[in-house]
Order: sequence, then structure tokens, then C-alpha cells
Amino acid sequence: MANTYTLIQSVTVGSGGAASIEFGSIPQTYTDLVLVGSLRSTSTSSNTGEYDAFGYRFNSSTSGYTTRNLQGNGSVASSSTQTTMTASVGGTYGRISNAGINNSLSGTSIFTSINLYIPNYVGSINKSWSLEYVEEGNATTRYSEIIAGLWSNTTAISSIAFALVTGNFAQYSSASLYGIKNS
Amino acid sequence: MATKLVVDCSTGVTTEVELTDEELAQREVDAQAWAEQQAEREAQEAAKAEAKASAEAKLEALGLTADEISALLS
Repeated sequence: MANTYTLIQSVTVGSGGAASIEFGSIPQTYTDLVLVGSLRSTSTSSNTGEYDAFGYRFNSSTSGYTTRNLQGNGSVASSSTQTTMTASVGGTYGRISNAGINNSLSGTSIFTSINLYIPNYVGSINKSWSLEYVEEGNATTRYSEIIAGLWSNTTAISSIAFALVTGNFAQYSSASLYGIKNS
Repeated sequence: MATKLVVDCSTGVTTEVELTDEELAQREVDAQAWAEQQAEREAQEAAKAEAKASAEAKLEALGLTADEISALLS
């Protein structure tokens, strides 16, 4: 049973926004990783609804990503499988969400909460992970998802990057990476 | 100018890297493609919700109770 959380690094997006957020040179000394985020997109495209899909990369890899997503939006429950997406910068990312995080159409200063758990990130095995997020707001339709993900790669994870399918991460978006030891 | 935020966990240093012109041009193309894809997906979801509501109304007209309809559709 994990008994320690250690903050590795934390970052907050400045006034100019950020097209992507990357944690590099991750220490290989923990058992598991946890990433907690409060994210919002600057996108104002009405065609995308009030949210934007987001994606991830481990070790800058562009392949091997799959997820199984369970999603609810207040009226319809559904499931989906995601693989990759073309991010707003940098090309191919593993796609995390079927829906996504709050964007500029979803009300002022509303951020999406995400929690990513990656067990055994240094093991010589394919990397499974889980993530849940809630697209916040008081509107009738708001999305939440629980996601089981797999990166089919046995390399130890040394970097994690996030990007949006469109727009930038808005000012005050933040992400904190924690290491967990089992002893 | 949008940037990429890169956090070096070994040093604690966060670097803001400006996007290249090529990256900026490509993201415009990608954003349009995403918008089209998303509009299609939302239309499909709306059609599904509409079909569900229609089915519920028809079942109600046949005399089923709300509990019975819920049991059938769950």
C-alpha cells in the first residue's frame, strides 16, 4: 500500500497560455506516479462545444496508445475507445478523452479537474494507467469520464506531456506531478 | 505568442519554448479538422438522445409506467 506522496514538480500556466505542458527527466526512484491537474482551454470555437479533447505522450512517443472510456454528460451514458489524436501542436498524441476539458465557452474561470495514476512506471512492462476528469459547470450538459489507458511500450516513463486538440492551456491552468513509494 | 511549457524535473527549471511558424500553421489546419469531427460527433449524440426520448414517449403512449420504461431502457 502506497504510503508516501512526494511532489516532484508543479507548474502553472502564465498569461500567454501554453500549447503543451511537459514534465521531463522524471526521477526513476518511485513506484508510481500521480499527476493532478486543473486545466482549461483557450479555444472559442463553437463547433467544438464547450470542451476540447486532450491527449498525452510518454517519452515523446507517437504510438502504442489505447484507452477505454466510460462517459456521462447528464443525459447520455456511453463508452468509447480512443487511440491517438492530432494535437494543436506537435502532431500525434495519445488521445485521453472522448469529450474533454472546459474551454472558453463554458463560463468564466471554470477549470476541469483531472487525476492521472500511473503504477509501476519504471517496470519493463507495458504501462497501464487510469484517469478521471470532470468538466465543471452548471449547464445541463457537462461531461465526466473514467478512463483506463494503456501505452504498449516497456520503456520506463521519463517524460509526460499533455496537449489539446485545439487551443492552448489557459492562464492559471496547473499540473502537479507526484511520486509514490511503496516503502 | 503561444509557447510550450517544459518542466525539467531534475533541475526544477521550467522553460517556455516558442512555437515555430510551421507549428503555428499546422495547428490552424488541425483545429479546423477537429471542429468538423466534433460537430459530427455531437450530431450523432443529439440524434441518439432524440431517439431515446421518442421511444420513451411511444412506450408511455402504450400505457407503460415510468418505472417500466426505465427498466426497459436501462
